Amino acid sequence: MGKKTIIPFGPQHPVLPEPIHLDLVIEDETVVEAIPSIGFIHRGLEKLVETRDYTQMVYVIERICGICSFGHGWGACSAIEGAMNVKVPERAEYLRTILHELSRLHSHLLWLGLLADAFGFESLFNHCWRVRETILDILEKTTGGRVIFSICQVGGMRKDIDDETLKEIVVTLNGIKKDIKALTDVFIEDKSVKNRMCGVGVLSKADAEELGAVGPVARGSGVVQDIRMTNGHGVYDKLDFEPVVEEAGDCYARCKVRIGEVFQSIELIEKAVAKIPEGPVSVKVTGNVEGEFITRLEQPRGEAYYYAKGAGTKFLQRMRVRTPTNQNIPALVKTLQGCDLADVPMLVLTIDPCISCTER
Amino acid sequence: MERVTNEQNFKVINTSQLLTEVKNFKAEGYRLGQACATVVGDTIEIIYSFDKAHVLKNLKLVISDGEEVESITGDFWSAFIYENEMHDLFGIQFNHSVLDYQGKFFKVAEPTPWKPKK
Repeated sequence: MGKKTIIPFGPQHPVLPEPIHLDLVIEDETVVEAIPSIGFIHRGLEKLVETRDYTQMVYVIERICGICSFGHGWGACSAIEGAMNVKVPERAEYLRTILHELSRLHSHLLWLGLLADAFGFESLFNHCWRVRETILDILEKTTGGRVIFSICQVGGMRKDIDDETLKEIVVTLNGIKKDIKALTDVFIEDKSVKNRMCGVGVLSKADAEELGAVGPVARGSGVVQDIRMTNGHGVYDKLDFEPVVEEAGDCYARCKVRIGEVFQSIELIEKAVAKIPEGPVSVKVTGNVEGEFITRLEQPRGEAYYYAKGAGTKFLQRMRVRTPTNQNIPALVKTLQGCDLADVPMLVLTIDPCISCTER
Repeated sequence: MERVTNEQNFKVINTSQLLTEVKNFKAEGYRLGQACATVVGDTIEIIYSFDKAHVLKNLKLVISDGEEVESITGDFWSAFIYENEMHDLFGIQFNHSVLDYQGKFFKVAEPTPWKPKK
């Protein structure tokens, strides 16, 4: 047994676009304990319920994160709509589902690029992000924004997307499928890439369940858990949705889940466009929130919670967002125990940490 | 798999019931989804959410400002994230935590910024 040494990892590190700190206790080259600390960029956005009314809070919650901003806006609206007993038109639910899956597409392509960058495959990183640009172009064309969309509002959608544009989206996505296949084949087949990920950072199914892991981290360990399997958000029940699950629990399995979900999102969008009904995209909402409602959404990184509580005034008493990274930190800490120091960046990256989300 | 609906399920408890309720969830195979605090007048509501096969159940613990709460990290280790967050932001003291950062989890400029103002 070697002498124990503590190596600080972060808050600034080449694989971390945002700050999180880990104290890595190592013996020789093996991590025996990892102690996380966060809060370097804590913004206190939830505290703004005291000075922003519930419609304004949707804009605030959207700004928690630039990658899953649509989902955050949708989650906040769903919680408020639930508390106010507002029924959203079906066309709006279809549009929300389509935009949410587009967000998942660009989030996973962004992550694949970051992963490639982390193991030094720069051209692969560039190609992942090149393809991702197509998704951002679709989002810009339909919502007017590439990062923050502000198209979701309490009661539905702020504007419609016409059927012609929806069909164009499907054609565009089918057009880039070949590119995505070529890219993802490298992650799945390339020997050097597999060397970095296969058998690294194994999280067993039992540990994933015990630690409450969510999203691709849980599904990469064989846990069949995806909020899209439930009723109550979007139209996934009409799209024959089945989650992508892998059993191995290592970095490679988590990567394969996300790759599977990229193709699945394209299929879900195609099905939603084929089934979307005509009709209004919003209903008029009056009054204030009285009561409480908790709802969940499957963000690209996993299950997110949205809790709204009001006392009949225009300001909410509480708007709570529990993001997937919060829930995956314990699983990260667990998988880091026993890994090689050199694998720490890869492991941290494969939970797809979003510190903006964590530091709401 | 049968699809579950977004049913709202809140059970109000007091501090003496907390650990028993939490142990029941653990024994039944639930996982901890989240925990959060809300300031309501002079009191603080703590909501613990548990999930099993996508069925969500919530415990609502109402405490007075300054009242201490038993940590649930003995049963759900991952609760350390939420308990340390509530400690650092709301000033809630959790006893017997297996991973207590003692106020150093969040790097906030002002201590316990969301604690009820006297």
